[in-house]
Amino acid sequence: MPKRARYRWPRHRHQRLISVVTALATGLWAAAAGAAPLGPDDARHLLNRTSFAASPAEIEAYARLTREEAASRLLATTRTTPVTPAPAWTAEPFHWPRLPREATVQERQALQRERREKGLELRSWWLEEMRVTPSPLTERMTLFWHNHFVSSDQKVRSPQLMHRQNALLRRQALGNFGAMLHEVARDPAMVIYLDNASNRKAQPNENFAREVMELFTLGEGHYSEQDVKEAARAFTGWSVDLDRGEFLFRALQHDEGVKTLLGRSGNLTGDDVLRTLLAHPRTAEHIVEKLWRELVSPTPDPVEVKRIAARFRDSGYEIQVALRALLTSNAFYAQVNRATLVKSPVELVVGTLRQFRFSTGEMLPFAFTVTQLGQNLFAPPNVKGWPGGDAWINSSTLLARKQFLERMFRDDDVRLATPAAQMNTKGIAAVENGRERAARAMAEVRFNPREWLAEIPTRHSENVQRVILAAAPAQPVPPEAEGLKAVRLLTQDAVYQLK
Amino acid sequence: MNKRDFLKTVGAAGVTAIVPRAAFAAASADYGNLLILVELKGGNDGLNTVVPYASPEYYALRPRLGIARDQILQLDAKSGLHPSLQPLMPLWEGRELAVVQGLGYPNANLSHFRSIEIWDTASHSNEYLPDGWLGRAFASSPAPRSYAADGVVVGGAGLGPLAGSATRSIALSNPDQFIKQARLAGPGGQAQPGALRHIFRVEADIAQAASNMTGEHVFATAFPNTPFGNAVRTAAQVVATKAGVAVIKVSLNGFDTHSGQAATQARLLKDLADGLVALKGALIETGRWHSTLVATYAEFGRRPRENQSGGTDHGTSSAHFVLGGRVIGGMYGEAPVLAQLDGNGNLAHAVDFRQLYATILQRWWGLDPQAALRARYAALPLVRA
Repeated sequence: MPKRARYRWPRHRHQRLISVVTALATGLWAAAAGAAPLGPDDARHLLNRTSFAASPAEIEAYARLTREEAASRLLATTRTTPVTPAPAWTAEPFHWPRLPREATVQERQALQRERREKGLELRSWWLEEMRVTPSPLTERMTLFWHNHFVSSDQKVRSPQLMHRQNALLRRQALGNFGAMLHEVARDPAMVIYLDNASNRKAQPNENFAREVMELFTLGEGHYSEQDVKEAARAFTGWSVDLDRGEFLFRALQHDEGVKTLLGRSGNLTGDDVLRTLLAHPRTAEHIVEKLWRELVSPTPDPVEVKRIAARFRDSGYEIQVALRALLTSNAFYAQVNRATLVKSPVELVVGTLRQFRFSTGEMLPFAFTVTQLGQNLFAPPNVKGWPGGDAWINSSTLLARKQFLERMFRDDDVRLATPAAQMNTKGIAAVENGRERAARAMAEVRFNPREWLAEIPTRHSENVQRVILAAAPAQPVPPEAEGLKAVRLLTQDAVYQLK
Repeated sequence: MNKRDFLKTVGAAGVTAIVPRAAFAAASADYGNLLILVELKGGNDGLNTVVPYASPEYYALRPRLGIARDQILQLDAKSGLHPSLQPLMPLWEGRELAVVQGLGYPNANLSHFRSIEIWDTASHSNEYLPDGWLGRAFASSPAPRSYAADGVVVGGAGLGPLAGSATRSIALSNPDQFIKQARLAGPGGQAQPGALRHIFRVEADIAQAASNMTGEHVFATAFPNTPFGNAVRTAAQVVATKAGVAVIKVSLNGFDTHSGQAATQARLLKDLADGLVALKGALIETGRWHSTLVATYAEFGRRPRENQSGGTDHGTSSAHFVLGGRVIGGMYGEAPVLAQLDGNGNLAHAVDFRQLYATILQRWWGLDPQAALRARYAALPLVRA
């Protein structure tokens, strides 16, 4: 098997040798490992943890780089804007659909339908961007921040504002966390989602103040109920101009009195509160822990978290600093951390489309699929977001994942008919013609096994496996299974659910 | 084979894997008595569910949201139900509906996630436990091996109180579809602790549950065409398959009413009442009404004083319902004391939620509640033997 040779790299031997030396030498090893080229397995690992799927060509290109070079290349090529044109209505002047009191049932239903259809277009558009973007890390991070600075269009009820928030999260996805926090606090969708629009001096609404501390910065247990009340007062008057869909500070509703937050007193403004929270060491640790669970393993190493969080905070919250530190760490490349993270529904679906270079029509059917698998974009279940990890997989979602994969690699005529029947999914099923449209779009979905397999060194299942699985399969593939048959078996394997 | 022989036979290595589930199955646990939990997600406003209409403070705290006295469905001289709960009144009059007022816990946490975690794990306010309270109950007293599962969660959300490494739990949306799809589950396998082992376990649970379930049951009962109505229909289907489960959990979403509460809560409570009545109908059809206990719960109630958005903020204790053919209907706990609110303007609790759990464990299943609750809580006298 001459072609398999380029998938083997001699570093493993060195690694085993060196891993027996004591902790004192760890730094030495890190330097050594950092200076050596990644090799294909580490390259695949890096690319898959930071994108949706890696092609053999990308793996080969990154295999020649050191850890530092690979991280640099990855971070240097990220975009801040999408390549896919957003639906036309996102660029129209803001329109807050308010109905007169005397509106008829038909008018109300028409408005609801319009909102749902726009919501679906928005989901399809984002999934398409994830499918085609040359900067998948940007989309992965945008999704990460969507699950951090959570808002849901089921409450905001304005696809236009949800799109604006999405653009903000993408612009800062690999930018500055502090700047993003200040912008998010003024983001109209967020102001509506966490009820700050109705946070007034006479009766503060604590929703935003609580979540900004519990979820966005410090984490639970690092502030008191009194801090929540004081912070809520500082955010009084932070509202939205519904005619223009823009942030509006209502000075008359703002409490100008003295507030005390985390030991700091004064006539604090909302921005003062955010600055106080950013100055607290827990904030950087909290964010790094979350990034660790997204990129490295389900169990953050407290010592490493502190080290990386300190760098992150010292940099003034440059997200690339935190990512670079994580993506060059020994923990990131440690063998014990391979295949330990569960792919989110979006990673599974977009990853499969990208990995196997499916040709597709509009992405509507996949908007239904990810919802069925538990990840309805723009509508996380609550302000804490999707819990993720093992929680993605229960008996119901595991079967739905396997059914999706089975359908994708079935013979075409069988595959096409089924998804519409499965689309009885809360929130978006009610859209008229949605099922038909999705079924039509599904008919355009094509996998060309011959073309795809031509990129794999040999048709042997082991080579297919090294491209698409993060570890050896749970069920060994029989040696006679090659090509498409190997693809079918390996995508049904439990390990395909992991990254 | 007695316990000692069994241990000898399987040998030391096998013990840890097998013992918790099979060897010491408590014969005493009566899992023929079914528990159906109804989670009111987001934190239902207890004060506008069971309204203390005789309290002047109530109307002072709720100038806009207070429910007019003539709208209230009177239960006793102090309390009455929200008008949307009219469908529950025949249950109340038939003494099959218990109303437990003031359910909560000391040092209440006002975060959705933390507070539901406290309810799910039956922890103290300041402790973190990995498993759900039912997970712990099943770990010490598993349901019979012949059962399809210890518990079934309807819908895709987390396992909540059923979480636990020794619990066999299934989440499904439709039993029929579940049986058809189950062939896709892999055969499971051995793995280090972590994500892969989690997947293997889910696969093994799917195989066991699917092998026990039979096809769809046709009910004469009409189920409301609402998400909750569909969840109740699924729960009824699971009961009808006679697959054997000890717990079914359903949920109703949307109670986090920070603004515009009146209309939202009226709709949700109507969905709840209609769904519960349909559930009773289906349980009577399947002959299970007298062996089923239905209990509602939520992470918290809401703050007595309404906010300026026509809504209510996160609160503490709340009123909940327990219903079933063997429930001793009536009022339990204590009516909210609105004249004595805490520093956050919230209510004190009258009944610890773990007393409700102790009631279920002890009086419904005949278990020693100690294993699941790790302390003694006085059971409520609300079920007949």
